[in-house]
Amino acid sequence: MCLAVPSRIVEIDNLLAVVDVYGARKEISLLLMPEEALIGDYVLVHAGFAIQKVDEEAAQDALRLIREIADAMEQEEFKE
Amino acid sequence: MIDLIKNLYNKINRPVNLMEVCGTHTVAIFKHGIRSLLPEGLRLLSGPGCPVCVTSIKDIDKAIALSMLDNAILCTFGDMMRVPGAKKSLSEARAEGADIRVVYSPLDCLKIAEENENKKVIFFSAGFETTTPSVAGTIFEAERRQINNFFIYSVNKLVPPALDVLLQSDDVRIDGFIMPGHVSTIIGSKPYDFIASKHSTPCVITGFGADDILSGITMLLKQIAEGRAAVEIQYKSVVTENGNQKAVEFINKYFEPCDSYWRGIGSLPQSGLKLRDEYKQRDAEVVFKIDVPDSSEPKGCQCGLVLRGVKIPSECPLFGKACTPEKPIGACMVSMEGSCAAYYKYNR
Ligand code: SF4
Repeated sequence: MCLAVPSRIVEIDNLLAVVDVYGARKEISLLLMPEEALIGDYVLVHAGFAIQKVDEEAAQDALRLIREIADAMEQEEFKE
Repeated sequence: MIDLIKNLYNKINRPVNLMEVCGTHTVAIFKHGIRSLLPEGLRLLSGPGCPVCVTSIKDIDKAIALSMLDNAILCTFGDMMRVPGAKKSLSEARAEGADIRVVYSPLDCLKIAEENENKKVIFFSAGFETTTPSVAGTIFEAERRQINNFFIYSVNKLVPPALDVLLQSDDVRIDGFIMPGHVSTIIGSKPYDFIASKHSTPCVITGFGADDILSGITMLLKQIAEGRAAVEIQYKSVVTENGNQKAVEFINKYFEPCDSYWRGIGSLPQSGLKLRDEYKQRDAEVVFKIDVPDSSEPKGCQCGLVLRGVKIPSECPLFGKACTPEKPIGACMVSMEGSCAAYYKYNR
């Protein structure tokens, strides 16, 4: 339940952003971000909120891993 | 890395119990087959680290009672739906006609509240520090947009106070903690400092990859071998000493600590979060004053011992027989991050 998923920001409108995660688009809030996030940045997303920036390499590693773990947990949400 | 682990373990020269606090680690450890790589006598115990598993029967019953109020819509995260209450689960209550909806984010509740102005929309909120900021952020939005038919029933919990209690009980010796990754993204490493200073127990905040977990274990063994106890961060790409202070401020603006009942463990002082008095008009417990009878843990279920690392799931007499993921008896068998469900899947 405490998994946060790296997602790439593709649109920003004030405190709202659209992210791409495994090819799916999701609207999220930037309200809790401790620093400014820009289009193209990767952020960790949990329950509809971005909580932290991550660099791209760490994000790609984490995405690969989370897919494996999510598969193991049979959670549809994180699969492609 | 395995050789290094073996060397350190030989140097320590006694059995070592490490506890992974977080349910995602429990799954990752199985998935990567980590246990089979470790020397015998170096044990990994699964801790209380899944908010779903520690939600009490009474809290589930209360959520069901809330869903049955006139004109109520109860929203919650998907994993909460199948957790057994005293008589039924939320998903069974929904089948009987209660309006219960699964949301991905608490923000989804605001949309539902706006579309159903004459109904009370109640978010049944379970989660650790990773999740609570998003609930706080949602209250901020509800205030800003003056959505007054949105309420919260909070059973949110705090990780550090629970670990404090685990370390005070003497039914299992914990030599080190593999600390949760994303809880720590929010709170940072400092809130664990007392575990090293007061209990002299090493902590390493660890990522979820096989290499991450093995290097977390190595860092813990190193501390033990050197007779040190400190809080170290292995998962440097997303965890800092101070965490996300903005998210912590959001939590503190809307919530304050309270005693909280952990399923199978009991009431732990100051280990839960309730809405502050200024926001009590959104607190479903205050506004709707529901009460349900006390209930006992299901007969034979050893969740309490499993959550404290005293027993492994297969030592429960019901495991895999009366209790399976299809027909869970205890909450540890419901969420895939629950120890019993993870053992069931990988280790029968
Ligand atoms: S196997 Fe089922 S009954 Fe036994 S401890 Fe786990 S959840 Fe409880």
